[in-house]
Amino acid sequence: MKEKHDYERARRYGMVIDLDKCTGCGACMVGCYMENNVPFKPDETNKLDSINWIRVYKLNNGKPYPETEICYLPMPCMQCDGVDLHGHSPCVSVCPAVATDYDDDTGIVSQIYTRCFGCRYCMAACPYHARKFNWWDPVWPADMKKALSPDVSPRMRGVVEKCSFCFHRYQLARNKAYFENRQNEPLGEDDYQTACAQACPTGTITFGDLNNKAHAVHQLKTSPNAFRLLERLGTNPKVYYLTAKNWVRRQGDNYLTDEEPGKLKQKR
Amino acid sequence: MGSNGHHHAASTKATPDSAIQASGWGVGLFFMIGFAGSLLAGWILFPEMLYSKKKQPIDFNHAVHLETVSDGCDSCHYFEKDGSFTGMPDLSKCVDCHESAQTGNPEEIKFVDEYVTPGIEVPWLNYSKQPDCVFFSHAAHVMGAGMSCESCHGDIGTSEHTRVYEENRLTGYSRDIWGKNISRLGKPEPGAPLPMKMNDCAKCHEEKTGRKGACFQCHK
Repeated sequence: MKEKHDYERARRYGMVIDLDKCTGCGACMVGCYMENNVPFKPDETNKLDSINWIRVYKLNNGKPYPETEICYLPMPCMQCDGVDLHGHSPCVSVCPAVATDYDDDTGIVSQIYTRCFGCRYCMAACPYHARKFNWWDPVWPADMKKALSPDVSPRMRGVVEKCSFCFHRYQLARNKAYFENRQNEPLGEDDYQTACAQACPTGTITFGDLNNKAHAVHQLKTSPNAFRLLERLGTNPKVYYLTAKNWVRRQGDNYLTDEEPGKLKQKR
Repeated sequence: MGSNGHHHAASTKATPDSAIQASGWGVGLFFMIGFAGSLLAGWILFPEMLYSKKKQPIDFNHAVHLETVSDGCDSCHYFEKDGSFTGMPDLSKCVDCHESAQTGNPEEIKFVDEYVTPGIEVPWLNYSKQPDCVFFSHAAHVMGAGMSCESCHGDIGTSEHTRVYEENRLTGYSRDIWGKNISRLGKPEPGAPLPMKMNDCAKCHEEKTGRKGACFQCHK
């Protein structure tokens, strides 16, 4: 719920995406489609109504050849913590049905499709376009229905869906932890990984618990090259990006011409 | 002035008190008959119509099996190494013992002839099957919280016959999910399975863990 919880925050799952490593191959998107039963249409040329939980955007530095530079930017749900980690992410704050909620155990923003009634306030509130609306019931070609994952419930027409950081994998990892009687220990990095991180051939995406020193993301997020998208909105995203290129960094927020990214006082 | 005049006219034309009382009783009786009828329809007739009754493909005797096996419920309903729960055993597990009929029991002979010999999985009806959007961890409850099977599923281990499976015609879910008690007042009979609606889960979670839990704890 939206109230402040009084119990201690245990885990805070997040992602560090190294933009300088991304080749724009789209394997993360394919892996995500397969893992999460994401519906698609025979004609996906209109990107405004296509559904994807992670989308690779193409940025360029706006200069003519031969100075043109390209950067690919994979964008999952940012799983915003909100100001002071209260879980007041933009979408959770506006949902009138509590269909989307902030999980204090993992920091992951949940989306319950059977609870959503499709008002799309969350889509309007989300500054990252992470949320997609099902304008149609999914149609799976031929036998593909049989290949759907039973761990993720497929969506129906009229509801909003978004990236869940492959939360079902967390559930299954917890299942195993209970079976092995280590439910009171934090999950290891290998116990719980997202499909996109595993599908990435260049190691662009690193996933783990931002609060856990044993996880790579804990260190990576402190890099001087690390930034988050639209940081000054105070959404407090848990997806960090790395880049050494200043022009890429400039596109991560609405900077004035005299402002220098990374040198500004950060607003919480 | 106008309202005064109206009041005066109404009181002179009023019907006698006794007649008012008699018609009041009449209306009351009519209301009570309708009320009782609605209650009967809602509490007995509607549930009868709402649930279709289905028989399990084989009349399974839990009591006999529980006497024979060595490891209690775990002998057939066990965990995989990844912590997932197998639930109802598939045919290969049954074939371990029932490659051919061991007794003259007509249900066992039927089971061997119709399923084991042709190698067809038994289409058991699952009394506690949850909707697609629900994630339930047996490991968390059995291993984490140390709960027994009976605490949710009732004394199914001592049953000698399968129960009638009642399926909600509208939702397709088993009646056990809502619970036998239509009003949901009072507690289930001792030994009966517990209702398994979201509120039932949340209530127990709140009692045992102090909070209902996040949405994603039980949804997928």
